[in-house]
Amino acid sequence: MSRGSFNKAAALHLSAVGVLFALHFILPDYHHGNLARIMVLASFAMAYNISFGYTGLLSLGHAMFFAAGLYTAGLMAQFAGLGAAGGIILGLAAGFALAVAVGCLALRTTGVAFMIVTLMFAQAAFLTIFYFGEYTRGDEGFIIPSLQRHLFGLSLAEPAVRYFVALTLFALCVAVSYGVARSSLGRVFAAIRENEERTRMLGYNVFLYKLAALAISGAMAGAAGAAYGLLFGYVGSTFASIQYSIFPLLWVLMGGAATVLGPFAGTLLMFYLVDISSAFTTANMLIVGLALIGLILFFPKGILGTLRERVAPWLP
Amino acid sequence: MAAVTLLSTENLSKSFGGLRAVDGVNFAFPAGEIRALIGPNGAGKTTFVNLLSGRLPPSAGRVFFNGEDVTRLPAYARVNRGIAYTFQITSIFAAMTVLDNVGLSAQRRLSKGSFGPDPDTLEHAALSALERVGLSKRRNDIAGNLSYGHQRLLEVAMGLGLEPKLLILDEPTQGLADEEIAAFVSLVRDIAREASVLLIEHNMDVVMELAETITVLDRGCILAQGTPEEIRRDEAVKRAYLGT
Repeated sequence: MSRGSFNKAAALHLSAVGVLFALHFILPDYHHGNLARIMVLASFAMAYNISFGYTGLLSLGHAMFFAAGLYTAGLMAQFAGLGAAGGIILGLAAGFALAVAVGCLALRTTGVAFMIVTLMFAQAAFLTIFYFGEYTRGDEGFIIPSLQRHLFGLSLAEPAVRYFVALTLFALCVAVSYGVARSSLGRVFAAIRENEERTRMLGYNVFLYKLAALAISGAMAGAAGAAYGLLFGYVGSTFASIQYSIFPLLWVLMGGAATVLGPFAGTLLMFYLVDISSAFTTANMLIVGLALIGLILFFPKGILGTLRERVAPWLP
Repeated sequence: MAAVTLLSTENLSKSFGGLRAVDGVNFAFPAGEIRALIGPNGAGKTTFVNLLSGRLPPSAGRVFFNGEDVTRLPAYARVNRGIAYTFQITSIFAAMTVLDNVGLSAQRRLSKGSFGPDPDTLEHAALSALERVGLSKRRNDIAGNLSYGHQRLLEVAMGLGLEPKLLILDEPTQGLADEEIAAFVSLVRDIAREASVLLIEHNMDVVMELAETITVLDRGCILAQGTPEEIRRDEAVKRAYLGT
């Protein structure tokens, strides 16, 4: 890799964040609100991309890490009066801890078994929310009190504050993904994805590296979940359901696995596909499905993955 | 002067169900040698080296490397102690460049702390391994696009990137053309100046040319051991190979 491509890639990612910053001043209210939501969800997708895209761990249970952050921040706000900064930090820690615990068990399996084990853990987490329904209020969920939705004295219900908190989280996740993709750690992740047995026989403790990937991913997903709850004020069990384990997979596949900005591209596209198509018809998922098929036909490696393959091999 | 024993096994056995693929093998291998391991198909050669490299756990017995009992160590830890294994079926990172493939093998050794090696040091180490096998001109090619012979050489370069004490080559010349084999023989001689080489090989010309000692396995046991000349004359070996 030459130094030139390094600078080109860094400049591209910085300007992507810059464009999102500028959009704050341009976008109409409706899209402004959407974009804040998309940036948080894209952070979740980037978390998924660390384990799935870069390391090749196909988890079907990432909703549990997102929900770990969401519920930690929400419940701490509700019952302990914890503010947003503490909520996000604890949410991140919860996602990290759950990922390490689940990883220690689930990473003893590979392939299809890993998919099933992660799915089962996520279902157990989902059911735990109902078990403690007295506090979590099950699928009805609860609203985080607005008093706790403050960061450094600024109300997160305020659209501008919300947008910039979402952008900050997003930029941090881009920085982490970029750092991982370019680091020697990221090279080992990619090696495990490409050929696990070979990587082991080069002297790498594959289990520990996979656990590291899952822990980074879980921490990012936990932070995204906490931010989602605090920014939009609602905590509900839907976010722990299988749907929210499948979404990040779809977003990452659409945008391009193992590309830094792919998860954002995928989240953005999917969000607006649903948004626009539902304005025309109640059968909007049909349109989304057809669009997905088209995408797989013409961009089999996702939007950025295909771009990297055809025009920009320097893209991390 | 007695040579230092680099690798030895004690009553090493591996059973798959009722089949004793490796049956109580006592094997000693002095440092600095090129040793060939031969035997008819199904003799247990690959199983035996998998027990040495740690890819399979033994059913019984022990493995010693460099004076240490490594029987319980997982494969990656044995690699870190200096046992490198190159795969019988070419196993490379097909989507990565040739340089990145070898870089990955050198990276762990050169890493200090958690931030990995300095990029220039790493590239230098990877390039020197590639130069030894003659692939440095192909450094930026995607590994999966290399010819079969070059992929085999890349495998060896990845082994060299580890700077092993013992390099296990599992049927390295399989599928190579004659002139590639000749180049390979001189490459192994070159490697043997720094590392011990354990060679599993079917090509008898290669074995006779390279090996200082030959160990013959048959049905999981050591049938014979000796210099190429002794093995060539051994009646038991002839019977095992010809099935008479």
